[in-house]
Amino acid sequence: MSTDAVADGHGAAGSDTSAAPPIAAPMRTAMGAAGTDPSQLYDYGRRPPRLPDPVNVANDDLDIALDDRLAMYKMQQILRQMERRAYDLFLQNLVKGTSHLSLGMEAVSAGVARAQRPDDYTFATYRGHAHTMARGAPLGPVLAELLGRENGILKGKGGSMHLASVEHNMMGSYAIIGAHLCIANGTAWSAQMRGTDQVTVAFFGDGATNIGAFHEALNMAATWKLPTIFVCENNLYMEYTPIDLVSAVPNPAADRAGAYGLQSIIVDGNDADEVYVAAAAAVSKARAGEGPSLIEAKTYRHGGHSRADPGKYRPDEEVEAWLQRDPIPLYHQRLLRLGVDESTLLSIQQDVAARVDEATEFARSGAEPGPQHLMSDVWADGGSAWRN
Amino acid sequence: MAELSPTGTIGAATAGLATAESAAASPGGTPVESTELSYREAVARGIAQEMRRDPRLVMLGEDIAGAGGVFKTTVGLLDEFGPQRIRDTPISEQAILGAAAGVAMTGVPVIAEIMFSDFFAVCFDLLANEIAKGRYMTGGQLQAPLVVRTHNGAGSRFGAQHSQSVENWCMMIPGLKVVAPSTPVDVIGLMASAVRDPDPVVFFEHKTLLAKKGLVPQGDIVDQLGVAKIVREGTDCTITALALMVDRALQAADRLQADHGISAEVIDLRSLVPLDTRTVLGSVERTSRLFTVEENPRLCGWGAEMVSIVVDEGFWNLDGAPVRITTPHIPIPSAASLEDLAVPSVDRIVETISRAMG
Repeated sequence: MSTDAVADGHGAAGSDTSAAPPIAAPMRTAMGAAGTDPSQLYDYGRRPPRLPDPVNVANDDLDIALDDRLAMYKMQQILRQMERRAYDLFLQNLVKGTSHLSLGMEAVSAGVARAQRPDDYTFATYRGHAHTMARGAPLGPVLAELLGRENGILKGKGGSMHLASVEHNMMGSYAIIGAHLCIANGTAWSAQMRGTDQVTVAFFGDGATNIGAFHEALNMAATWKLPTIFVCENNLYMEYTPIDLVSAVPNPAADRAGAYGLQSIIVDGNDADEVYVAAAAAVSKARAGEGPSLIEAKTYRHGGHSRADPGKYRPDEEVEAWLQRDPIPLYHQRLLRLGVDESTLLSIQQDVAARVDEATEFARSGAEPGPQHLMSDVWADGGSAWRN
Repeated sequence: MAELSPTGTIGAATAGLATAESAAASPGGTPVESTELSYREAVARGIAQEMRRDPRLVMLGEDIAGAGGVFKTTVGLLDEFGPQRIRDTPISEQAILGAAAGVAMTGVPVIAEIMFSDFFAVCFDLLANEIAKGRYMTGGQLQAPLVVRTHNGAGSRFGAQHSQSVENWCMMIPGLKVVAPSTPVDVIGLMASAVRDPDPVVFFEHKTLLAKKGLVPQGDIVDQLGVAKIVREGTDCTITALALMVDRALQAADRLQADHGISAEVIDLRSLVPLDTRTVLGSVERTSRLFTVEENPRLCGWGAEMVSIVVDEGFWNLDGAPVRITTPHIPIPSAASLEDLAVPSVDRIVETISRAMG
């Protein structure tokens, strides 16, 4: 989280902000505005690396209950092990189509979801497996959906890029950049009109900050004081291109916040605690009727953009530095420093591994969707008739 | 709170006989008085009727509240329903349709106005990819009880970017219902059925019809989607038309009768999805000839689909090739002389049909 954000009171929720140590904004030094030399755009893998800032050990002292921390640890384990399993199943040619994994970015999903209530809404992008599971969607049906099975959470009709679990108020994953930020304002507006204090979280990537819908959504949310929380997962690359080479400002979300009267909030997206604190503050603000927030979480994907992409445009030194900053071992170390037994953490890992195996069995045992599903679910009556 | 019928319009589509009239509520069965109303006033009355019925219903769009709409189709709604339910928006068509989609996902019915139908092009992702497909691609999880109203069509000398008829853009997207009324009473009745429909409905209000007047019964009016109307009976040929083209087809039919002795049956389709093919096929069975009058540019207009269906399913009833009368495949020009040449006119309809039947 940026020092600005801490100083203006948006640094922490439910805790004494002034007691929190100042936290340096990650990566400000490593990121520059777009270069003037267009040849940089094509210098795959040989550009200066975008290195992470050092780990902030002081975040150990953030005022977060141990239960919350253990829950976030467990969720990160679920997301990590499920995404790895999805990748394994892809290698076995069982996951068809494409998939965009959140390996390396689990702290963002886990931290934000922990700050939400079950009745809050969530919207995600095509990189939405983690966000869907973090809201409590059942693991077996999620995995079965990736395999295109009838027991998938969308009956096999949506696939990897459209995961949703409306039962958990996870209102969908949207595969065309930008639109869902506008849709998220709608559930937020509904909550505002109905007088509930539900908030809506919309996740998006750094690339989405350069599309018009991002700006339309922020302007409307700010003007109508909607309880929408926009969370940018800045993994430094919009698909295959470094985001700083195609953006007018170094922090593509946070540097635009001021244009909509919002605070500039940057957090270490590889630290679930820092994400959680910023999200909780934004949630409190939204519940209080004080309008939207825009949070930029700096993070890194361990793999390529999608399953078709080995990610070779990223310098080896950069990838290595970020792998050293893997959010899950770092969180594991934090919990040990806070006095949690290694055996407790190991037991969580093993419990999750068993659940992932169970989910895999569920998914693999599913049938392929039969023809009765082809023409259903276009209309509310369950059918697809367009004429008499 | 009124419950939305889960099976609303498909029932209507399958019910499908030709002459379903707009039903006016008349408690006690007493005759209902009618008043003369313009198409423009009917829009506001239809919306107000539904807002009174369902206190959850909201509407948003550019200049719709304080200004009463740039075409004055929403005059008086702000005064009656207040700024929470009648919301002015920024010029942000994606934000407008996005907000509508999100509200609808929570089960709250909503009407969004896109000022000109030409502007669908700047928010077509929302319309074609999000609103239309949400339910299917989530295996039935997401709902979209929303209406997108827009002002459509030529005749105002506005030029190529404010004069198009784009109902065919929407007809081709699975998951959207498409309605285009031609009379004030149909505006109210179809507005009610669109709002009560649990699926997304695109509602085309024709700019050149806004001043058109018609008798409208007092009281609530509720119609059905997917039911065409035979607005003139005839025996020699069937003319299908939509919105502004319905009046032109009717005038053409009068002249065909008077000048050429041709008895034309005119069908106002009223909705393209669901499409009342039964009424059209039944008419062609009696008349043996089909003409379509479309304001769309030539390629991929709705008439092409209609001709295809009639040829597929009514071929042996036909005594001649079906003929499409359309705007040429050009952008709409601004000058009055050129715009009038572009859009099908009464003269062109009469000429085309009399030549084909001659």
